[in-house]
Amino acid sequence: MATPSFAVPALAEESLPPPLQPGAMAHSKPYVANKAIQEALDYPGELVSDWHDRALTKLAEILKRNRALQVYLDACVHCGACTDKCHYFLGTGDPRNMPVARQELLRSVYRRHFTLPGKLFGSLVGAQELTKERLEEWYSYFYQCSECRRCSVFCPYGIDTAEFTMAAREVLNTVGMGQKYANEIIGKVHRIGNNLGLPGPALIDTLEGLEEDVKEETGAEVRFPIDQQGAEVLLVTPSADFFAEPHVESLIGYAKVFHAAGISWTLSSHASEAGNFGLFTGNEAQMQKISQRVREAVLELGVKRIVVGECGHAWRVAYNYWQKLIGPFDFLDPRYPVPQHICEFTHELIERQALVFDKEANDHRIITFHDSCNVARASSMGKVPGGQFELPRAIIRAVANHFHEMAPDTIREKTFCCGGGGGLLTDELLELRVKGASPRMNALKQVVDHHQVNFMATICAICKAQFSKVLPMYGFEMGMVGGVHQLVSTAIRLGRNCE
Amino acid sequence: MDLAPAILAYLVTAVLVLGLAWRIAKFMRAPVGLPIAVTPAPRTSAGVAWRLTKEVLVFASLFQSNKWTWFFGWIFHAALALVLLRHLRYFLEPVPTWVLWLQPWGRYAGFAMVFGLLGLWARRLLVARVRFISTPSDHLMLLLLGLIGFSGLMMSFVIHTDLIALKRFTLGLFTFEWSALPGGPLLVHLLAVGVLLMIVPVSKLLHVPGVFLSPSRARADTGRRPVARREGA
Repeated sequence: MATPSFAVPALAEESLPPPLQPGAMAHSKPYVANKAIQEALDYPGELVSDWHDRALTKLAEILKRNRALQVYLDACVHCGACTDKCHYFLGTGDPRNMPVARQELLRSVYRRHFTLPGKLFGSLVGAQELTKERLEEWYSYFYQCSECRRCSVFCPYGIDTAEFTMAAREVLNTVGMGQKYANEIIGKVHRIGNNLGLPGPALIDTLEGLEEDVKEETGAEVRFPIDQQGAEVLLVTPSADFFAEPHVESLIGYAKVFHAAGISWTLSSHASEAGNFGLFTGNEAQMQKISQRVREAVLELGVKRIVVGECGHAWRVAYNYWQKLIGPFDFLDPRYPVPQHICEFTHELIERQALVFDKEANDHRIITFHDSCNVARASSMGKVPGGQFELPRAIIRAVANHFHEMAPDTIREKTFCCGGGGGLLTDELLELRVKGASPRMNALKQVVDHHQVNFMATICAICKAQFSKVLPMYGFEMGMVGGVHQLVSTAIRLGRNCE
Repeated sequence: MDLAPAILAYLVTAVLVLGLAWRIAKFMRAPVGLPIAVTPAPRTSAGVAWRLTKEVLVFASLFQSNKWTWFFGWIFHAALALVLLRHLRYFLEPVPTWVLWLQPWGRYAGFAMVFGLLGLWARRLLVARVRFISTPSDHLMLLLLGLIGFSGLMMSFVIHTDLIALKRFTLGLFTFEWSALPGGPLLVHLLAVGVLLMIVPVSKLLHVPGVFLSPSRARADTGRRPVARREGA
């Protein structure tokens, strides 16, 4: 790995607000999408000459159809409650990474062009003309927000900076300043079916390999079916699960759970991606188009239930939007919610005592749990609010003996983002990602020091990839991060416990 | 007799009521679209009502965020509420007993209100993060509220106003029997109040309706709830 050209933040006991360093991260920008990538999504290939008017027209259109953004633009009182809550501010000290200051990049333009006081009194109310420089600032700082919503939890009005970020990114897309990373991936899903661009034959190959590996290791005939007509369950999982480490360990875990429970299941080569990068720009049409593949696969394969694998933003989209975007699902088994999270699926089997575990198999692990932002603050699980916190923890406790929580201000709805969510998991943003991870790393360090924690479980593909990259930079083992179903996989007893 | 105070009072009321109605209607016209409740969120409307009640009465989220801002902010708002209720005595005849009972509390709440404002202002000036995000209008807003509180306290405790004349003026506004407004600090007080009420529809004072309209807070978690069949689905 190349040496980074920036200093990795020193680990501290607490993540205290740093001194302000204006402009410290002004240089951080993702690569701009090229013409081919942009045009595949019906965006202009480069910055259009009438960007000023088009941007304002787009903003007006978003305001018209988004009550949240309207209320948020007008209701903020600049109380400062959010100013020390963003992991990117805590990690970089750049005041533009304070949530309200990030919002002001958009709010100032809104004031100038859409409100009476802004038109009359300008700078008195913080109004600013939409200029090329402002657009560049947007491109920098709205790609320094992972849309994790931690600020929203602390805001007296629940103002959600993610809504600003999505709107600004969509405006940037519309004038031809798209982000290469996310837009290229969306294009890949439309063409091939998943974020990684893995075609069907490659998937089948990989899954056959996994069957052999598991057979060799356990002696059990655990199947990894794909495109299986008439299976009970369709599993939609992030494509990273098919080959990235440690993701694949969780995929093996899901397969073992299905095997042990004796429930037939299948993957789909058509809907081989749970992730939905349309969320990152709040583009409903893209979100719908990406999700539609799931509906098509459900109909084609004739399954009765849909289960979603370990992926944070995918679960946000699946939990909140699938019913609205690609529903209704009245033809599926009415005994189960649509969709279900793999943790709900496994948890239910555990409750029914349909699975048997050798907890000691995980005894070499001292485990903590990292709540992923989109699961924690934008979705739920189970029958009561907060199930998204309880179910994964209940599974961990069922399959392992050693579990310790990180500090209360850094978990559950107050969890810190991994630093790589919301479309920022790309190498040119590495400095931002490493610095943004520092609050989580600080909290982890505490449980490592006090409880000898050596495994951080999580249920998000982006968290897993991000932590694999940044853990070593903070002096931790890369292999410390893994999925909840990786733990399940280690402890589950195969073969002898089918009911 | 000078009709200007009465005309201004009607104008201010009209701007406040119509402006606020227009803004709220504008908010309501925009669809909420895809649900964005910040979770864990209640799944029923009763749960949402309880969540909002906690936000409005004790500033539950702010309490988690920052104890100083919460302390000064809550004191200011609670004191303002008391002061406003006390002011009903200038608009109702006969004055209800509970308003009379509030009178001493409301008088001293004026001090708490100004204390809260000064605390919030100190944070705006002294905490670098909050100073960074403050616009000139944020300071002017505090100045305006401070002026209202200070002139009010002056009338309560130092230079008393002719309350009989004042009440004749306010009641006259309802029956179109206009009478003269007494002078002194009252004019400063009412002018500042007038400005404040007129800017409600175009300023951050919209946080008052905003707290009830914020889709991340004021909405139930409706995830996975089946919806009606979509066109072409």
